[in-house]
Amino acid sequence: MSYSVTAPSSRTKLFSGFVVSLYAIVTLAPLLWIIATGFKSGQDSIHYPPKVLFEPTLEGYVNLFTTRTRIPSDQAPKEPSSMTWYEEIVNEKGELIAGPSKYGERFLNSTVIGFGSTALCMLLGTMAAYAFSRFKVPLKDDLLFFILSTRMMPPIAVAIPIFLMFKNLGLNDTYLGMIMLYTAVNLSLSVWLLKGFMDEIPIEYEEAALIDGYTRFEAFIKVVLPQAITGIASTAIFCLIFAWNEYAFAVLLTSGDAQTAPPFIPTIIGVSGKDWPAVAAGATLFLVPVMVFTVLLRKHLLRGITFGAVRK
Amino acid sequence: MAEIEIKNLRKEFGEFVAVQDSTFKVEDGEFFMLLGPSGCGKTTTLRMMAGLELPTSGQILIDGEDVSFKRARDRDIAFVFQMYALYPHLNVRQNLEYPLKSQRASSSLIREKVTEVAAILKIEQLLHSPISRLSGGDRQRVALGRAIVRNPAAFFMDEPLGALDAEFREEMAEELRALHDRMRATTIYVTHDQLEAMQMGDKIVVMNHGVIEQFGVPQDIYDWPATKFVADFIGSPAMNFLQIDYQELGAGDATVMFKEYPIQVPVSVQDFDGSIDVGVRPEHIGLSREAGGISALVVASEYLGTTQIVSVQVDQTILKARVSSSEEYALGSAINLYFDPRNISLFNHHSGKALLSEGNQEVLING
Ligand SMILES: Nc1ncnc2c1ncn2[C@@H]1O[C@H](COP(=O)(O)OP(=O)(O)OP(=O)(O)O)[C@@H](O)[C@H]1O
Ligand SMILES: [Mg+2]
Repeated sequence: MSYSVTAPSSRTKLFSGFVVSLYAIVTLAPLLWIIATGFKSGQDSIHYPPKVLFEPTLEGYVNLFTTRTRIPSDQAPKEPSSMTWYEEIVNEKGELIAGPSKYGERFLNSTVIGFGSTALCMLLGTMAAYAFSRFKVPLKDDLLFFILSTRMMPPIAVAIPIFLMFKNLGLNDTYLGMIMLYTAVNLSLSVWLLKGFMDEIPIEYEEAALIDGYTRFEAFIKVVLPQAITGIASTAIFCLIFAWNEYAFAVLLTSGDAQTAPPFIPTIIGVSGKDWPAVAAGATLFLVPVMVFTVLLRKHLLRGITFGAVRK
Repeated sequence: MAEIEIKNLRKEFGEFVAVQDSTFKVEDGEFFMLLGPSGCGKTTTLRMMAGLELPTSGQILIDGEDVSFKRARDRDIAFVFQMYALYPHLNVRQNLEYPLKSQRASSSLIREKVTEVAAILKIEQLLHSPISRLSGGDRQRVALGRAIVRNPAAFFMDEPLGALDAEFREEMAEELRALHDRMRATTIYVTHDQLEAMQMGDKIVVMNHGVIEQFGVPQDIYDWPATKFVADFIGSPAMNFLQIDYQELGAGDATVMFKEYPIQVPVSVQDFDGSIDVGVRPEHIGLSREAGGISALVVASEYLGTTQIVSVQVDQTILKARVSSSEEYALGSAINLYFDPRNISLFNHHSGKALLSEGNQEVLING
């Protein structure tokens, strides 16, 4: 066996593998439990001791997307052959589908508000970060500190003033209001992160473009942005995760048209407080967009973009 | 093609003066060197000329037109950066196309130009490579290609060979000079390497601490330095200096006294009295075992093939002489020095300025 000075020894690798696995188990176990609960029946979900093995059913998912009523005793039972698979599931428990639930709408609201605020935040963030990184902005350091200071307390600390402000401006329960709010909260972090990435990009690239006949704006779009893509991707992920999961403001400021999924999901549990599978199903589906987004951008996160073209 | 003139150019960064009152002129088609030690303001000067930095005061004229406050892209110049600044997200061909695209050139013209430039620089086989795969020399060629593809009026290069190995530098320097001789475009080249400047330049400006010390053709600057700084900076080994604490010199005098030894110098054309430095190049010192001349002690010798550098000590001063290798000089042996009287410069010890003589007056008054 040969020894290398720089490569980790096999014992080190084994140990780090163990630590990583342990961490993965701790973080993934609750997630797996939620995913599993989504496929349990109502009984199985509250069974004690908890069931690891169970008979999977789509009951939770059907309940998530529908509202139901008891079958009135005087109504003639529907012909089983004419029922769709989800009507069958509901029928077995003596219920009728009364209509679609609000989950789809809330999910769409989350998507519009989450991605909308992320996009806006990236647009404003890259431009602000570029300016801070490249230009002589008066009071630059103070401004940067001021921007960051908006994150020095939890955003919810300003909930009441924001609530009143939104109420007076008619922004309560609107897409515009929520997009602006999440953009404002995320912008400070974006500007700081993006400025760090932009500082890393040698200024010579833009100067070369300026001399090659491009305007400052063209140089920004064609030379700076492609190289900042790593930073933009990772910052966008942070912004989306915050906007997507935000609960407190959503509860306070939205209730109808613009309500996002996080405040809606707990209400699925129903008056009887027993429909855990539907809640779990709602939570599971809610994870998907952020995961897809992260996976799509992952290759940018992992790729070093300058490839050493500038020799230092 | 362009003629570039700099008038009283000055740049301040806050309190700090990076360039003080520079004035010089670059003739059309010249290979012009901006030479000076690190931090002397070469890059700042070049960047102001290119439009990447605005001057605090003064003028920059390109073909008679004042461009001091014009945008870089309106000056029709190309810039080669020390770090190349090739766009890492584009391949070689795309990098070469980039300046043409900004001019909205037709795609057939772009293709033609890129092919032509690739042939000149012998990088045809690299056109599809990403920048990351190129060696330093090839990056350098691509950077040059990106500069010449547009046929600009002038080329500005900031230490373009600075990032290359010593061995390869020389080869690239030759290529660069050959390219210039072929294209005859006005080129301003920044370097801190005096040898590079002497070898490649048609004309040289020597800067120090933001001040232009001398401006002229390499031979004149080497033979008749305007200041002690230039004398010391140019040439390797550097010029030797012997300090004379007090010397009275009148117009027409051609001798100075170093201790008890008279030294013949070019006929002075000015009056001076005070402390002076006698500057003599290593190749203008002769060594002799015969009596006469200044007596000295051999302290070291360095063999360089046909010549050798012999270090001798006179009082507390070490002088270096470049002499033929045929003779051997034993360490510690006594020796006599003779100076070639035609090539000696005298400097005011306090200001560092050369005293005017019949030898240097023509160069210094015009320079
Ligand atoms: N943007 C700036 N702000 C403040 N000082 C600057 C700036 N750019 C340059 N300087 C200062 O001006 C002086 C001259 O810099 P410059 O880059 O022109 O030197 P140089 O001759 O090119 O040196 P080098 O050989 O190291 O490249 C340096 O002392 C530098 O620190
Ligand atoms: Mg420089």
